[in-house]
Amino acid sequence: MQDPREKIRHFIRESFLFGGDDELNDSDSFLDMGIVDSTGVLELVAFLESEWGLTVDDSELVPENLDSVDNLVGFLDRKSAAAVS
Amino acid sequence: MQLESFLRRSVEQWPDKTALVCGPRRMTYAEYDEASNQLAHALIALGVSRGDRVAIMLDNSIEVALSVFAILKAGAVFMMVNATTKAEKLHYLLNHSGAAVLIASSRRISAVENGLEDTPDLRSVVLTPAIRPCRIPSDKQTVGFEDLLQRHHGRVGPPPRRAIDVDLASLMYTSGSTGVPKGVMLTHQNMVTSSTMLTGYFGNTPEDVILNALPLSFNYGLYHVLMAAQFGGTLVIERSFAYPEAVLKKMVEEGVTGFPIVPTMLAIMLGADLGRHDLSRLRYMTNTGAPLPSEHIARLRSLLPNVTLHSMYGLTECKRVCALPPEELDRRPDSVGFPLPNQEICLVDEAGEPTARGEVGQLVVRGSNVMRGYWQMSEETDRVLRPGPIQGERVFYTGDLFRQDDEGFLYFVGRVDDVIKSRGEKVSPREVENALYNHPDVVEAAVIGVPDELLGRAVKAFVVLKEDADVSVRDLQRHCAGQLEDYMVPQIIEFRDHLERTDHGKIDKRQLEGALL
Repeated sequence: MQDPREKIRHFIRESFLFGGDDELNDSDSFLDMGIVDSTGVLELVAFLESEWGLTVDDSELVPENLDSVDNLVGFLDRKSAAAVS
Repeated sequence: MQLESFLRRSVEQWPDKTALVCGPRRMTYAEYDEASNQLAHALIALGVSRGDRVAIMLDNSIEVALSVFAILKAGAVFMMVNATTKAEKLHYLLNHSGAAVLIASSRRISAVENGLEDTPDLRSVVLTPAIRPCRIPSDKQTVGFEDLLQRHHGRVGPPPRRAIDVDLASLMYTSGSTGVPKGVMLTHQNMVTSSTMLTGYFGNTPEDVILNALPLSFNYGLYHVLMAAQFGGTLVIERSFAYPEAVLKKMVEEGVTGFPIVPTMLAIMLGADLGRHDLSRLRYMTNTGAPLPSEHIARLRSLLPNVTLHSMYGLTECKRVCALPPEELDRRPDSVGFPLPNQEICLVDEAGEPTARGEVGQLVVRGSNVMRGYWQMSEETDRVLRPGPIQGERVFYTGDLFRQDDEGFLYFVGRVDDVIKSRGEKVSPREVENALYNHPDVVEAAVIGVPDELLGRAVKAFVVLKEDADVSVRDLQRHCAGQLEDYMVPQIIEFRDHLERTDHGKIDKRQLEGALL
């Protein structure tokens, strides 16, 4: 199975960079880079929910969870840990 | 009165009051005034003269507010450039305006680097945050924003006043049907009039705390910087509305009383759990860009019954024109109300004659809020600024079609031209089509607006490709994203074998629009 980090990178590239090869580091803030706006965040959440079958609460819609590849991977880890326990 | 006097008067009265909040940063009026003085001195030292244009291409930040007031204090003209503008358009804007200085974000450095080749008028580039190695042409002086402030640290007071109130304060570029952006020239008097009209209408007091998540490059977002300085309030600047939860939390923390929105933001807000946030301090919200759907208004009113909602309408050329008295919202949710104080309107037919009550006509606006014209475009200016009732006076033909009911309430009907209003911003179909035609495999392209619950209108492109071309929707979107601001990139692209033409040989957009009904 594809690594979640790789899946997320692929999604960001396809959805927000339109498949381009622009340089994007895993720690780069999507807001700083200007690649995700409000509709983008909703697409991102829909992707997380459909890909990993999790539910994202309104209270979790914050940059700390969603605003970079690193943050997304961390958020996924926390969500799956919570689901297991 | 000059626009920068807003800040001077507020700092005299409330030097220690919080003027600006952005993320973890806070700035008092005294600090705001002092930093903008330093930057004004710095701009003058960079050679900025009275009337020079200085472009601001920054994400929402405290630096935008500092730059606006510093430019005004230097007697110059500020020009807002959307932070997502690409190199080619930036190049056009800089050369068309003849801007002397560009203040830009080093995070979007590639558009800046590539947009500056052959821009002879541009002498200096100010980058924020800290400067890093970059490929800015060597004929420009490149300096760091923070370095400039440091360099003029301790300078007391603003530079001697240079502009008078009929001088230009701002040049705001806006999309038109021709696809070539036009620079709306606004004088100090225009902007003071509009700001005074709005703060009076909302009954703003120094106790008000406004949260702005609209792009400050968008004229309505920008006005909140000016208005908050005028009434001595606190302006909370949010980078965007991408994270509504974070914005709502901020609203609670800062005790926000006023919140400007466009319809997209309300649609997103209603999807969030508003009940979890204590928004009891929130006194009013204002909507502009496009009318709010009636059901969204009803839901907002049941969730936040104490919030007054102002539905408004306006254009960059004359700022706000009219507003619906909030008590009328339930009866006429789709109306934008009456003209704001100190301006007059009328509806005219194609011959320029006033239409009968109830009939659709083009909205014409008269008042001291009306722009001076389009920068170096006298033909376009003469088309929209035409003789008014007093000799020598000119009134503004908006290009927007309205009707008025028996009691005088105004209703937006559509555009005279085909400009699309998406996310509260104007999108020129021609500009998008030009970008598509730049793709080597595109033979024909037609762009229209289609209804969209979230965006108001979504940008849709119909494209005919060369035979055997191997191009996907994503490829074309990426191509457009490389040339256009984010909000102009078509959300929907449909490939066709051919596009029907009218008898005049133009692509038949009516037919494309009709097919959607």
